[in-house]
Amino acid sequence: MYLSSSKKIRVLVAKPGLDGHDRGAKIVARALRDAGMEVIYTGLRQTPEMVVRAAVDEAVHVIGLSILSGAHNALFPRIMELLKEEGVDDVLVVGGGIIPEDDIPALKACGVAEIFGPGTPLQVIVDYITANVK
Amino acid sequence: MGDLTLSAEKLVKGVLQGNRRDLARLISLIEDEDPSADEALSSLYKHTGKSLIVGVTGPPGSGKSTLVTRITAEYRRREKTVGIICVDPSSPFTGGALLGDRIRMQEHSLDKDVYVRSMGTRGHLGGLSRHTSDAVRVVDAFGKDIIIVETVGAGQSEVEIIEVAHTVIVADVPGAGDDIQAIKAGIMEIADIFVVNKSDLAGADKKVTEINAMLDIDQNMGAWRPPVLLTNARTGEGIEELVDKIGEHHTYLTESGDFAERGLKRSKDELEQLMEYKLTLELLKKLRGTSEYEEAIQKISERKDDPYSVAERLIARFLTDQRE
Repeated sequence: MYLSSSKKIRVLVAKPGLDGHDRGAKIVARALRDAGMEVIYTGLRQTPEMVVRAAVDEAVHVIGLSILSGAHNALFPRIMELLKEEGVDDVLVVGGGIIPEDDIPALKACGVAEIFGPGTPLQVIVDYITANVK
Repeated sequence: MGDLTLSAEKLVKGVLQGNRRDLARLISLIEDEDPSADEALSSLYKHTGKSLIVGVTGPPGSGKSTLVTRITAEYRRREKTVGIICVDPSSPFTGGALLGDRIRMQEHSLDKDVYVRSMGTRGHLGGLSRHTSDAVRVVDAFGKDIIIVETVGAGQSEVEIIEVAHTVIVADVPGAGDDIQAIKAGIMEIADIFVVNKSDLAGADKKVTEINAMLDIDQNMGAWRPPVLLTNARTGEGIEELVDKIGEHHTYLTESGDFAERGLKRSKDELEQLMEYKLTLELLKKLRGTSEYEEAIQKISERKDDPYSVAERLIARFLTDQRE
């Protein structure tokens, strides 16, 4: 109870864009919770502005973006841009969902650290976050 | 996690200047029990005491988050700025938490005059986290007119909210529990305002009657009789009246002198809790890891010694050591 480090990794799990499928996001949120992290789930249909505001207000260390609609090439870079505008440079941003291999290099170039496609074992995501949180 | 190593002094300055990123980071510093957190709280203290703090509690699923959203919207309509702190439970096994109250608060997510912060209980019981009251204080210094604190889904004894809020709203729903539940001790005693939410469900009027019947036989009631309001947080019905009642309660507190009295009691409780915590911390810092301490624990578990006399002995020695 006392003297234990109570530092926690805080993660925002966000669903930008208009697809209504959040089963994957919820499963990842649950896995991160079970790994001892504090997970803030935004709910569906977030604009990039809403995602960035929530990340700032909640002082998260990690943002996990889930997207299945195909709009990642527009939404991810916009979120990265807004984070930059807010001066947020110490947050790890990762993504998941239906994202074609060919799109990944461009997303990484704009600052998304890693993309986890379908079938990624949950432990891989947990380990990645634990190792790379800034 | 380098963002938290910023100096507390800089964060305090940022909070007072209205920088919400610094506000968020300072709350994290406090939650993580960073050694510099106390220093920050200490320098912020004189800037606090200006916000009206409203607590919202009630069983899981009674619509607390939606109610908070609606109350916020009504305060925004009245041109008040609002801070919201929502507490959700942390897992007792992993320490992790899924904080989901924001989901219901979308409509305020881009309003710069609303700040929303989620907190996990991190092992603390009582309906709040250990540092919720500190977080409230930081938001107070940040300059929000109203601060709404939403507790975890509360059962019967999560009553810590009374130590934090000026006005406590207990939300209940139709159909849960009978009239005996209503006269049990605990959460039903702490309400300044009762809300029967989901008023479109069958049994809403009956619930209002039951709560009123409980209030009728309350011998200890002061001059403020908690009103029992029907709301439908989904449609917004009853919310305007609820916010009016919060205002009336505030006026009552100020005029009756309860405000000053509660403030004094709160200061005393807080000082004593803080001293208890710090003393325990100092004591354990000395004891933990020493072979004598481990042996004493071993002996207690083997029934060769008992925790009562060991505790007394260790504390007595700690106090003597301090004197020297």
